[in-house]
Amino acid sequence: MPGKHPAPEGFEVVWDKPEALTDTRMHYCPGCGHGVVHKILMEAVDELGIRAETIGVAPVGCSVFAYNYLDVDMQEAAHGRAAAVATGIKRMLPDRYVFSYQGDGDLAAIGTAETIHAANRGENILVIFINNAIYGMTGGQMAPTTIIGMKTSTTPEGREVSTQGFPFRITELLAMLPGAYYVTRQAVHTPNGVRSFKKAVLKAFQAQKEKKGYCLIEVVSNCPSGWKLTPVEANKWMEKNMFPVYPPGDLKVDGKLVERKGGPA
Amino acid sequence: MSEPRLMEGNEALAEAAIRAGCRGYFGYPITPQSEVLEYLAGEGRKRGMVVLQVESELAAINMVYGAAGAGARAMTSSSSPGISLMQEGISYIACAELPCLVVNVNRGGPGLGTIQPSQGDYFQATKGGGHGDYHLIVLAPASVQEMADFVYDGFDLADKYRNPVMILADGALGQMMEKVVFKDYDPKAHEPAKPWATTGKTPDRARNILTSLHIQPEKMEEINLRLQAKYARISREEVRFEQMYTDDAEILVVAYGLMARISHRAVEMARIRGVKVGLLRPITLWPYPYRVLEELAPRLKGVLVVEMNAGQMVEDVRLGINGKVPVEFFGRMGGMIPSPDDIVGKILAMTTHAPKPVEEEAHAR
Amino acid sequence: MASVRGTITIDVETCKGCELCIEACPQDSLSLSKEINKQGYHYAVLVEDNCTGCVNCALVCPDAVITVYRTRKETGKREQVAVISNVRQDIRVTVDEVPGGRVDI
Repeated sequence: MPGKHPAPEGFEVVWDKPEALTDTRMHYCPGCGHGVVHKILMEAVDELGIRAETIGVAPVGCSVFAYNYLDVDMQEAAHGRAAAVATGIKRMLPDRYVFSYQGDGDLAAIGTAETIHAANRGENILVIFINNAIYGMTGGQMAPTTIIGMKTSTTPEGREVSTQGFPFRITELLAMLPGAYYVTRQAVHTPNGVRSFKKAVLKAFQAQKEKKGYCLIEVVSNCPSGWKLTPVEANKWMEKNMFPVYPPGDLKVDGKLVERKGGPA
Repeated sequence: MSEPRLMEGNEALAEAAIRAGCRGYFGYPITPQSEVLEYLAGEGRKRGMVVLQVESELAAINMVYGAAGAGARAMTSSSSPGISLMQEGISYIACAELPCLVVNVNRGGPGLGTIQPSQGDYFQATKGGGHGDYHLIVLAPASVQEMADFVYDGFDLADKYRNPVMILADGALGQMMEKVVFKDYDPKAHEPAKPWATTGKTPDRARNILTSLHIQPEKMEEINLRLQAKYARISREEVRFEQMYTDDAEILVVAYGLMARISHRAVEMARIRGVKVGLLRPITLWPYPYRVLEELAPRLKGVLVVEMNAGQMVEDVRLGINGKVPVEFFGRMGGMIPSPDDIVGKILAMTTHAPKPVEEEAHAR
Repeated sequence: MASVRGTITIDVETCKGCELCIEACPQDSLSLSKEINKQGYHYAVLVEDNCTGCVNCALVCPDAVITVYRTRKETGKREQVAVISNVRQDIRVTVDEVPGGRVDI
């Protein structure tokens, strides 16, 4: 791949920072999954050569400044409304590649209606859903996806079903909608996870090109600051505690639900 | 120019939207304006407009944001409670400086209210409604013809200033049927280029970012100063009003929209009785025609403001009159519409300086 | 038997010392510096000479601070270095000649 850096004598570049990622230092906490997702998303955009036709929608959350890092046209959406903003863009510019990028509060709390209806209409967009079971930007409050027993600043004793309900597996819900074409859950904490995520992004952009319908990629991710763990510890905690509730894998491919096991009944 | 047609206000507005080059309409049903959505769902779609009935007014205004940001003429319509839901989105649109049209067919409130007409959303439309220091350009039609004409004007103003524009109508205007003629209007001749729109970052330019988030105070103040300069320019150049019988008027009636229609009749009835009364009809509620009030004030003995609310525009009239003459108010709420006779009675009471009957104290401001 | 040689460069001022690359490296080539960068983070450093250019570190890095290189491919010239006599026929072993004297089979 072409690189911003010249190769030393006798070597060739095998991997370099994508052109579509700006040089602005990312403000995310050390080890946060946002950076990985941004990087691979832009690598895919570069690889497909679609930067001039791609428009993104940034959410409210830690990634509110995503437009500082992604060198594509972008709109900032009000909290929860990214799917609606993306719909507005896509309906006016149906041949562009439109994606929204949202966290668990933006997509599954305040934005639930817009999220579900964009999927239900089969909006021809890609929705990237970063699920780290906590509200990072505002200081570590509970998210709809917070798992039972998990301590957050608003569940200091751990999430209790009787008062705060269940972890919200919205991705499973969305996969059931006929308008949803490709729904998958990924994780980018390992090299293979990153490779798998990239394949998912390429697949989703291809589906958008072919006007197949709504694509959602959930990325089960970490929040070292909110979880109060080091990045390496956070990823281990994520595998042990979040994967059973949010198992990675495809939920819907080519418009058909995938047989799955795992996850609470 | 089209042939004259007999149309309902909501439908005339919708037809004008198609002719004005609106490419995206996103709406949600609410009485008394669902006809806008229904007309566009039929006629608009046939003629190439994207018309979506969406899941809520929250979704609608944010789709307008996205569509306008993508460079299209975009609009939505709703009525009072739905407009309340849209306030956050309107504030974002104003700060990101996106052009769009928002139509409020005002119904009675507060709360779920009534489906009858009202002018109770004047404050919401002109003093904010959404958070922060911003202004909508607010146009107040008083006829089905103006329901159509103001759509073209609204889009032109929105594009000229990169600002959201509101058409503040009411339930009666939306539902009544009158003759309307659609003027010749070529959107291509009116729509400016929009190099700031998010259409895809081509190699020849930097990426376009549309946002209202500016964390650094210096930057946020800079944005606000730019908005204020824009509003000052709009205030200088875009004030619109109509005045009738004001050359020799001693009493001035000030009313907008439907109440201006009814007040016009009342003024003529009072004139027949020899009262020197005139009428000022603001057409832009923001920017408000303060200057004409300042100019008229020295010649007046009194001002009567007539509204279908508890007294909202009367505050702007008092600002313009600036204490020079008494400003009285007459209003009905809940969808009760004052009749010309009611208003003539108020005008006559002002001329004779008769003591006000006790039961009217509740309405007087 | 191929032996691919790789190396990486790290933008130390942008590195946040999250250690995910250290965790991901199959060769244990990476470690955290003793020094800190201008942001106050210890940063990742290549401490071994056994990098294969597998790209794992660059893939998991949230800040895209790593660039990965592998040895350049052959020039096209091949040089015979050995003949292994066999019962049935000789196997000739050739290697690609690589500038700089390194050998890549």
